[in-house]
Amino acid sequence: MKLNLSLAQIATKLGDVEANLEKHITYIKQAKTQKADLLVFPELSLTGYVLQDLVASVAHKPTEDDPIFKHLLKASRDLDLVVGFVDEDSRHRFYIASAYLSAGTVMHVHHKVYLPTYGLFDEGRFFAWGDSIRSFDTRFGRVGMLICEDFWHASPPYLLWLDGADIMLFSSASPGRGLTDKEKLESARWVERVSKAYASMFTSFVAHCNRVGFEDGLLFWGGATVNDPNGELLAQGPYFEESLITTKLDLNQIRRTRARLPLLRDERTALVQKELDRILSRG
Amino acid sequence: MVDLTINTDVAHQILVGFIKSEVTRVGYSRAVINLSGGLDSAIACVLAVDALGAENVFALRLPYRTSSPDSLEHAQLIIDEFKIKSETIDITQMVDPLIKRDPNMSNQRKGNIMARARMIALYDQTEVFKGLPIGTSNKTEILLGYSTLWGDMASAINPIGDLYKTQIRQLARAVNVPAPIIDKPPSADLWVGQTDEGELGFTYNDVDQLLYLLVDQRYSPQECVEEGFNEKFVTSVITRIRRNQFKRMMPPIAKLSNRTIGYDFLYLRDWGT
Repeated sequence: MKLNLSLAQIATKLGDVEANLEKHITYIKQAKTQKADLLVFPELSLTGYVLQDLVASVAHKPTEDDPIFKHLLKASRDLDLVVGFVDEDSRHRFYIASAYLSAGTVMHVHHKVYLPTYGLFDEGRFFAWGDSIRSFDTRFGRVGMLICEDFWHASPPYLLWLDGADIMLFSSASPGRGLTDKEKLESARWVERVSKAYASMFTSFVAHCNRVGFEDGLLFWGGATVNDPNGELLAQGPYFEESLITTKLDLNQIRRTRARLPLLRDERTALVQKELDRILSRG
Repeated sequence: MVDLTINTDVAHQILVGFIKSEVTRVGYSRAVINLSGGLDSAIACVLAVDALGAENVFALRLPYRTSSPDSLEHAQLIIDEFKIKSETIDITQMVDPLIKRDPNMSNQRKGNIMARARMIALYDQTEVFKGLPIGTSNKTEILLGYSTLWGDMASAINPIGDLYKTQIRQLARAVNVPAPIIDKPPSADLWVGQTDEGELGFTYNDVDQLLYLLVDQRYSPQECVEEGFNEKFVTSVITRIRRNQFKRMMPPIAKLSNRTIGYDFLYLRDWGT
């Protein structure tokens, strides 16, 4: 089975959801001309990233009667979509969220579980913490979604793997930082390293879509990647520029890799649980 | 030896992108720069040219009667090399009436007046040329507070404020800033014979390495001493950084209401763009 995957590394307008929706529609059209089956947008692709006091005013609910999501749900009849947005729950808690849309329905919403609140980041001040990490079924197999800091921690990809995900979709709004004498920024090298490591260790496809553009002095570095179950880089977007990257995933590679390298078969989850129970109960 | 080497291609790409994005997203297409003849404004000017095109960059030369002739000549080197529009406004007539009121005025006061007079000329020309004023303060001087508040620190955006002076020199070589500008001793040129390193009492080479450890790498003062830096030097630089924090902030507003600008009214400058 083949999956034609597109990653849209776009710049956004800070706090202007309608303008960002328009850009989504433009990229959806472009992805359709490239016969994409699935198009992934970055973290907070509908809102911009450093929202601060804009959070409440840009929140939307992923429902058919929402003025923004109704267009995206309609578009998802032609190809599956992952979009980034601010989700507001019924008790008015705001989450950094990714929604997987397919055939006019919302298949899954992930709320960012790890909110970086250190250094240049201040997410915990403005957002509620997500509290679940779940894989879900799609027409391409079982998928897991994580948002930026979620995959800076090792446990969320591990949990998705155990929950059946063979395709991991990571989205980011990662500010470039760490200029040295090297050709790549430190932040880009770090994310590329762990994406490749997760693909290798979990013998799964790992796609990462990071946004571009500036917000004040922050530059988001783009450089979207797709790694295959052997940990080999299949495609990479340019740094710093808007781009649509489309690449064909041969999903049969999962079977071939795992026949050679049965890391999933041999994973000793009961041992992990036993040791975690011991470590966590150690008072 | 602390390595402050940067990849100048990456730096150039990011900073050119920054100027282009942050000027154009607020509806402008042009930039105005006070071209002092020194390295910092030269590099800011070249980056602005690369971002916006030479025809969209306007350079001001703003000499005072005691300014070094070299400063004017070196600014002209950039204007000629990069074919940008320019104007020369002698600030002596602006500055001298205020200076003459006090025969005992210190060099520092005079220098601050000159820096602020240049700010007035810069912002005035932004109206004429319809451009944004580009900042020319580097990370070293911002951290040390070696600058005039509301004077040379004033700008709409600053492309070079996260580069230490020694890194600015690397970038300058990469973007072909003329050698006389790179090689001369850095000076604010506010009085005859003034040099940065003479006034500060240490070299950029030394202080940049120390700042990099203290600020970027989060070394403790003691760890810096263990790395070979003189203890008095370390202490004096830390004191300078702390005492000049006020220059790096907007003036704090006394909180009275439930929502106060600066504390809990939080939006980026790029709000809505």
